[in-house]
Amino acid sequence: MPMKVLAAMSGGVDSAVAAARAVDAGHEVVGVHLALSREAGTASTDNPARGRGCCTIADAADARRAADVLGIPFYVWDMSVEFAATVLDDFVSEYAAGRTPNPCVRCNEEIKFSAVLERGIALGFDAVCTGHYARLATNQEGDHELRRAVDMTKDQSYVLASLTEHQRAHAIFPLGDTDKSAVREEAARRGLLVADKPDSHDICFIPDGDTAGFLRSAIGEASGDVVDAQTGNVLGEHDGAFAYTVGQRRGLGLTVPGDDGKPRYVVGVDAASNVVTVGPPTLLNVDCILAARPNWSQQVEVNSSIECGVQIRAHGEVAAAVVRPQNDGVTIDLHEPIRGVAPGQLVVFYDGDLVLGAATIDRTTRKSQTTA
Amino acid sequence: MADELALTGNPSSLHAAGRRARRIVEESRESIAADLGCRPSDVIFTAGGTESNNLSLKGIYWNQRARDARRTHVVVSSIEHPSVLDPAAWLGRHESAEVVTLPVDSEGRVDLAALTEYIHRFASDIAVLSVMWANNELGTVQPVKEIAQLCAESGVRFHCDAVQAVPWMDPGVWMTQATALSVSAHKLGGPVGVGALIFDDAKKLEPLLHGGGQELGARSGTVNTAAIAGFAAALRESVVTRAESALQISGLRDDLIRGVAQQVPDVILNGDSSVASEGRLPGIANLSFPGCESDALLMLLDANGIACSAGSACTAGVARSSHVLTAIGLDDDLARGALRFSLGWNSTSSDVAALTAALPDAVTRARRANTRQPVGT
Repeated sequence: MPMKVLAAMSGGVDSAVAAARAVDAGHEVVGVHLALSREAGTASTDNPARGRGCCTIADAADARRAADVLGIPFYVWDMSVEFAATVLDDFVSEYAAGRTPNPCVRCNEEIKFSAVLERGIALGFDAVCTGHYARLATNQEGDHELRRAVDMTKDQSYVLASLTEHQRAHAIFPLGDTDKSAVREEAARRGLLVADKPDSHDICFIPDGDTAGFLRSAIGEASGDVVDAQTGNVLGEHDGAFAYTVGQRRGLGLTVPGDDGKPRYVVGVDAASNVVTVGPPTLLNVDCILAARPNWSQQVEVNSSIECGVQIRAHGEVAAAVVRPQNDGVTIDLHEPIRGVAPGQLVVFYDGDLVLGAATIDRTTRKSQTTA
Repeated sequence: MADELALTGNPSSLHAAGRRARRIVEESRESIAADLGCRPSDVIFTAGGTESNNLSLKGIYWNQRARDARRTHVVVSSIEHPSVLDPAAWLGRHESAEVVTLPVDSEGRVDLAALTEYIHRFASDIAVLSVMWANNELGTVQPVKEIAQLCAESGVRFHCDAVQAVPWMDPGVWMTQATALSVSAHKLGGPVGVGALIFDDAKKLEPLLHGGGQELGARSGTVNTAAIAGFAAALRESVVTRAESALQISGLRDDLIRGVAQQVPDVILNGDSSVASEGRLPGIANLSFPGCESDALLMLLDANGIACSAGSACTAGVARSSHVLTAIGLDDDLARGALRFSLGWNSTSSDVAALTAALPDAVTRARRANTRQPVGT
């Protein structure tokens, strides 16, 4: 059934082809570029200095050119106020609290499939279309199920897993059944000049990749101790525990190797006492994860045991686990220990390629010891 | 103009084709001068309004400061077009100009008393003073005749951006007292990419473009014969028809304002407050829709085949509260809910009817979509 579709167009190849496919499907499509950043050289500022990263003036121009090629109306929506209030502030406060947030998850939850979607619905649109690699289908009960993309190397179901049924019901992901290389070929065939534009990586609002520097300027420096997890000895100093993530190896500034001569990893971040704990990689092993704010897209019963796969970061491996929904959280018992589980990240539950739900990692335990 | 496009010939060349092209350019120059009420030698052809405004602001500033180092003030009104405000700010940043911004009242009209006082105090410090004839967003007509006279009496170089007003009004009565006047062909129904700076003495203007010394040395570059022919023809047509069309378009504009007010009772008319006034250009109605964001309205009206403009857009196309609406003191909600409707010679009463029919639904939807609390950004 033809719908009125709002196609979010970043200026990249994926969202351009997604919009083109929505047009082909017979929908009435309007392209919208979201101006999210307030940095110089980005679309929501009048400063024409060229910037890098996402939502630059060049990206807006690429998106407009693609919309022109497709023959659809195109507008730029300034969402920088909402983005700052929901994504940026959350990013900074989560790091300040010693957790590792995923801003892409937050942006999908709060901006693309919330602020933009709700504005679109109020203006008479039926759905938001994006270039995410994920599949949506309606099951027998009429619910909208999210599945992994066919192209596993590009699968983005992880960053969409926290969407609610309402959000999934108003989303269109036309690229879920296609390989990225085929999308590039299709873009070239359609005369979309963004066909060869490189993929965007990293965090869009930190284009130089210096997350620690971004956080230092947002939170301020606060020196504290780097402590050996096994001996309790102070090994060195850091300039803000917030800038560290569990599993991190680089940037510790330690001049002496560990007793075993092997590199040491961040095994714990305590924002309250501003202490970074380091230790050998074995200390990163985690058996059990406690997660909060679950969002189940399948019916689950409290205290039931669900045998499924869990994924704990955007492009991570899947681990087998027994998952037990609680009233206000989820307990995840891993069959084999896994490493690098950072509180603040999303844990997504999969049955094969079907997303069962997601929750935010709160704490981890190891051999019945709480580490983070 | 169509005939000219088929022909070649550089008007600066001495051969037959060049002579023929030069004749077209010079006849066009004479025609434009006759229609505007200036001398042919006053007409400097440019690539349009933006270039004319840049050439005037920078060219006069450099010339005046070189003659008298004290003349560093660049005086502009707060509602000038960006092609005046930005060169002024640039002169401030790079050329040690002291940029002075003149306030406007709530209708968008320059405060003549403040301007008079300023000129009396600082006449010998002013390099150039620039006030537009009529504002492009509000349509408010400025007291340029009085300003021109005041400047002439005080020895102040006065530039007037007349781009928006020339299609509707005759500058003949006051322009001999102005130093410079910017005109653009496409606002007259002529081709885009051509315009003129009317200037009283090209020797008192530093050029932006150096090279072959065309246009009395004020603007080097091969002259665009075909576009200039089109410019002259469009101006002639406009001069012949403008009185009648001003009457007709004013009537249509007033119908539009009344029709919109019937459909959306809390709509606010920005700019000159009296309907059917000569203080407002015939073709412009700037209206604020409380509780709406203009980009949402614009999208919904566009879907109904109605083209209008939000205040302004930056290079990337993000809707911005207009500096003009801020200058007249509109609060954030009203500034963000403002749309400018422009009517031209081809607008009809059925266009107005289509707008008034589409508006109620668009306003309802736009209000529903506006979940944002007013923010002070």
